[in-house]
Amino acid sequence: MPGFTPTDYSAILLSIKVATTATLISLPFGFTVAYLMTFRKFRGRVVLDVFVNLPLTLPPVVVGYLLLLLLGQQGWISKVLLQPLGIKLIFTWKAAVIATAVVGFPLMVRSIRTGMETIDIRLIQASRTLGAGWFDNVITIILPLSIRGIIAGSVLMFARGLGEFGATIIVAGNIPGVTQTIPLAIYEYVSSPRGDVMAMALCCVSITISIAVLIFHEWLGRQMIRTD
Amino acid sequence: MEMSINASKQFGSFRLEADFTVTGQRIGLFGPSGSGKSTLVGLVVGLHQPDHGIVSLDGEAIFDSRKGLNLPVEQRRVGMVFQRPHLFPHLNVKHNLLYGHRRCAPENRKITLDSVVGVLQIEHLLNRGVSNLSGGERQRVSIGRAVLSNPRLLIMDEPLSGLDDSLKFQIIPFLKNVCETFQIPYLFISHSMIEMRIMTDQVLSVADGRIAGQMTAEELARSRMGESHAGYINLLKLKYSHRLDGLHVYHWGNAHLFASGSSDLPESLFELSSTDIILFKRHPEAISARNLLQCRVTDVFESGNRLGIEMECGGERLIAEVVRQAAEDLGIERGIKVYAAIKATAFRRLG
Repeated sequence: MPGFTPTDYSAILLSIKVATTATLISLPFGFTVAYLMTFRKFRGRVVLDVFVNLPLTLPPVVVGYLLLLLLGQQGWISKVLLQPLGIKLIFTWKAAVIATAVVGFPLMVRSIRTGMETIDIRLIQASRTLGAGWFDNVITIILPLSIRGIIAGSVLMFARGLGEFGATIIVAGNIPGVTQTIPLAIYEYVSSPRGDVMAMALCCVSITISIAVLIFHEWLGRQMIRTD
Repeated sequence: MEMSINASKQFGSFRLEADFTVTGQRIGLFGPSGSGKSTLVGLVVGLHQPDHGIVSLDGEAIFDSRKGLNLPVEQRRVGMVFQRPHLFPHLNVKHNLLYGHRRCAPENRKITLDSVVGVLQIEHLLNRGVSNLSGGERQRVSIGRAVLSNPRLLIMDEPLSGLDDSLKFQIIPFLKNVCETFQIPYLFISHSMIEMRIMTDQVLSVADGRIAGQMTAEELARSRMGESHAGYINLLKLKYSHRLDGLHVYHWGNAHLFASGSSDLPESLFELSSTDIILFKRHPEAISARNLLQCRVTDVFESGNRLGIEMECGGERLIAEVVRQAAEDLGIERGIKVYAAIKATAFRRLG
């Protein structure tokens, strides 16, 4: 086993940090969007559906480029929000989080929706006739009953986040020790002479993390069946 | 309880038009599937919104399209027992029962967990998960959950139709007891005439999205006798006495009845169709039917092309039906004595 350099270690840690942060930040939004799409009828539902799912069909590079246009020096989000607050996102690890969140978001929403769609509407009606207002109902009925979907969506998004490449490289660049995640480090090793061994080593790390995540998901699923 | 609805609702090609006021503690909503019963209930609970009109309970409007009033479901205090129990799968029995109770305003919280649990006999289930309950237990928990939310009106939307016959008649006493004990007025929805007669006093009959009539459950049963193949169903509460030659002997008023294929329970409810009773003017010397009762005609009523004969037998009441010609042959009129013959196999035990 070849020795990892400090930048390799930081790439591994950064990958986990970026994927975790992106997943946690997306959770409340993912839950809200899934709730709206499953239980509410409103104008523009189809537009929202298309908009949310767009990153799933677009090449990640395109997503990255669009984010760059929005968040970069000349982008309107940057001008209106970020610059007045003194926030710089592009080419920082936070940009990698945003790229990962946008690309993985549709996967999370889809999983949570699948979970929510299995909830019997009568349970929701029953809770309302028992005096629960809509927010109470969301917290005490919909949330616990869609928890499997939420976990599956989070795991899926986290796993997708670990592998995020195209959008990240455009908005966060490939700065070793700062924004270089595992896929970017592998890319760099592969494109440099005699980097094959290190590329393979990082691949192994990537595979190990993925397997660990999948086992954790499986374990959590079993725990929940036991408490039923 | 007084419920008043003057509202309409369009669902695709189906249109519900309701205009009635009904008063009572035990109200029934009777009609075939697709007649609009569930839509009507939805308007009261608040799950559906009328296109226009007024819905009020005890004089308080809960929906009024002219004033733009639409009290949300959770503020109406209208409890609901559904066809299936719909217990919350992530909560145990106790937490299911307390779900509505905890959300009820303290000043309305008059019914306690212990009292409901006692009446429904579910003490031993409290800490169980709801997936480990039998069908009857689940429905009892669901009734308890609705009652514990201290509703001003309890709606039971075909609560027995998901249960088989024997279970149905085990649940009925619980339903009746719990509502009587805690004095909760209820609206009972069903397409079963027997359930209507056991559970309700006043019945609204629904057909094609309209209220076709308002009458007592007994009047409804009589009016439908002529249209139904099953005739009028006599409900008899019989006390078991002993066995004789393979038949079970029951006390009924001061008479004895023979019934076959029954149980040894001390008291059972039986149904007997008006079509299974044969009337004789004079005592027939020998007949194959095992029950021959001397009765006095107390009332005669028309239903379709048949006549219903209400009789008093040993302090109890029985309704038989005959065609007009037969009534003339027998010389049926109020006050005359007739003999009623009933086969032992004609009694069907309900519970």
